Amino acid sequence: MLTLAHFLSLGAILFCLSVAGIFLNRKNVIILLMSIELMLLAVNMNFVAFSRFLGNLDGQVFVFFILTVAAAEAAIGLAILVVLFRNRNTINVAELDDLKG
Amino acid sequence: MLGVELTLFIIIGAIAILAAVMMLVSENAVHSALFLILNFACVAFFYLMLNAPFLAMIQVTVYAGAIMVLFLFVIMMLDINLTPLKEGFIRYLPAGIAVAALMALELLAVVWAKGAFGTEAFPIPPPHPGDYSNTKAVGELLFNNYLLAFETAGVILLVAIIAAIALTLRQRTGAKRQNPALQVRVRRDERVRLVKMDSEPRQGS
Repeated sequence: MLTLAHFLSLGAILFCLSVAGIFLNRKNVIILLMSIELMLLAVNMNFVAFSRFLGNLDGQVFVFFILTVAAAEAAIGLAILVVLFRNRNTINVAELDDLKG
Repeated sequence: MLGVELTLFIIIGAIAILAAVMMLVSENAVHSALFLILNFACVAFFYLMLNAPFLAMIQVTVYAGAIMVLFLFVIMMLDINLTPLKEGFIRYLPAGIAVAALMALELLAVVWAKGAFGTEAFPIPPPHPGDYSNTKAVGELLFNNYLLAFETAGVILLVAIIAAIALTLRQRTGAKRQNPALQVRVRRDERVRLVKMDSEPRQGS
């Protein structure tokens, strides 16, 4: 029998995996952006699960808005990435240290 | 004996977690994006299990269809040298795993705390009547209670479009471009010149 705890656990595991991804991939900005997308997805999963078990549709509307923000963030992030690659010819995070004191 | 629902949950959940792990460790960024699409598809399946078919379809079309295709476009357009990008992966592996495991332990301890999110606190809701439409219900909520937020979401997307275009547009020197403002503003006497001249004498006379 599936309870709320099952879905919350899956969301928690996906969230932790995306945190690990941000820790591990310090070189590739694209994987970092993908990890952030996965993080938002894990949060969405919790929203939908609570919406189902509380019998309240507000959670699904919230997922809709999170989706909008995720799409905007991906579009702007990738645009910044393209400009970065055009100017520096690399997307290595370790080499982006212009502001280092 | 496990129920059908629980069996499906375990299988698809395992695929989702495996896809997330493969996304993190895969050498090729294209493979990472494809594994993330697999993960999104699995999560869309869970939305269906949670009686949210509208969001499941949105998940497939917007996330897997639009956002990930954008990612793939950028990955394939940029000529990225992949080998040095994986340096330091082993060095940060212990820290990353430690932090992720600690977070997972904490979250799971809260989730599985006795009676916190079990069937007693959150009983399985009764099934909806046969003519219930999730899309209609979400739409009614979205366009009544959340109309202002919906409009704001539209403005956010507009800002994202303008920002993405403004960031990536570049003025290349030497390229011939049209300037519509100048073209519209042009006057007649900038283009046409009237020349007064005497008529020529007739040929051959």
